[in-house]
Amino acid sequence: MNTPSTMPHPEAPTATPPADSPEKEHGAESDPRNWGWLETSPGKLAAGLVFGVVFGFLLQKGGVAKFDILLGVLLLENFIVVKVMLTAIIVGMIGTYFLRKQGRIDLKINETKLGGNIIGGLIFGAGFALLAYCPGTNAAAVGQGNLDAITGVVGLLLGSYLYALSSKFGGTSVSDWGKLGKLTLPKILGMPQGVFIAIAVPVLIGILVGLEFAGF
Amino acid sequence: MKITQLTTGVIVALVPGMVQAASELPTPYPYPEPAWSPYLVGGLIGALVVLTLALAGKKIGASSAYSDGAGLIGRLVAPRHIASLPYYRDSKPMIGWTLFFVVGAIIGSSIAAWSGGELNGLYLQDMWVARFGGDSVALRTVFALAGGALMAFGARMAGGCTSGHGISGTLQLAVSSWISVICFFVGGIAVALMIYRL
Repeated sequence: MNTPSTMPHPEAPTATPPADSPEKEHGAESDPRNWGWLETSPGKLAAGLVFGVVFGFLLQKGGVAKFDILLGVLLLENFIVVKVMLTAIIVGMIGTYFLRKQGRIDLKINETKLGGNIIGGLIFGAGFALLAYCPGTNAAAVGQGNLDAITGVVGLLLGSYLYALSSKFGGTSVSDWGKLGKLTLPKILGMPQGVFIAIAVPVLIGILVGLEFAGF
Repeated sequence: MKITQLTTGVIVALVPGMVQAASELPTPYPYPEPAWSPYLVGGLIGALVVLTLALAGKKIGASSAYSDGAGLIGRLVAPRHIASLPYYRDSKPMIGWTLFFVVGAIIGSSIAAWSGGELNGLYLQDMWVARFGGDSVALRTVFALAGGALMAFGARMAGGCTSGHGISGTLQLAVSSWISVICFFVGGIAVALMIYRL
């Protein structure tokens, strides 16, 4: 028997946060001894390691494991980070478009949560300016031998734990403000994906050409 | 106390380069050049993201490796406490794809740095020293700890970092990723200008 809900959302039961759920949390799930240690198969983990090696190699060769270059973009003086990111986006946008059309890949995107995306994004940015490495480039900086990046790892672990701890006191509910579901830019603009990409690619290339012309 | 302060004062006065550098950065700042073209590197990273999606059905990310890492340490030290946290009940800390990916990135970067003769070995980097001087290890430690902590917290709120949102999500045209990455840079530019250019 369903008790009438005061919430108007018909899909509410699927999105119930565990904090609200009743006594059943005391089952096997809540006992950490029943949690597995490996999230995926050893083969997948090995693949992750190999892809990671390539990623770290590329980050270092692109100079984006360097303190000065990463801060340079935040000081609007050096745009190597922007060049790397926009080129990756252009190539990846076109690649994922065609592979999706062939049905060879699925979209793997996060849902839009305005509160989390905006407030979390700004907090992230402030931390980025203090540390100068972001989570991925911090790993590359450790590999390169930037010793301050090791302190960065400690900070990153600490912040992750503090977030998990804050979830106990409802601190994470801010992240769920303005939940809009899994949205893509072409979808909210009411445009076919191909058309969107056909416009976005020249615009992004234009930004890169503009940077070069401006002497960056 | 007074003697130490006096000594510090004398040392600072005797090293004019350090005093000058701390107050006034060279303009334009001499940024290092990357070993490879950023367009080549960016293109290859884009191809790598497409490949991981196609071959492994996974997206490239980094920040969740740290939250899994923190949770895994917690599971070894205080498993009951970790199990009492709603966040870790939802996303159980396990040895996963992203953790291995990030470990791989450390290895890959050291191969690249070693092959290019760019192994660093410094705690204080050039631009930091130019701003805060060469005796600022404690300050750098505070900045790196606070920065790392804020960044991890923000990444969990936003659902990703400069890799997961900034590259993997943006190229799949996710609205969440474009909003997040714009906010990463807005927050980062504001704070970086305050720290290094005021």
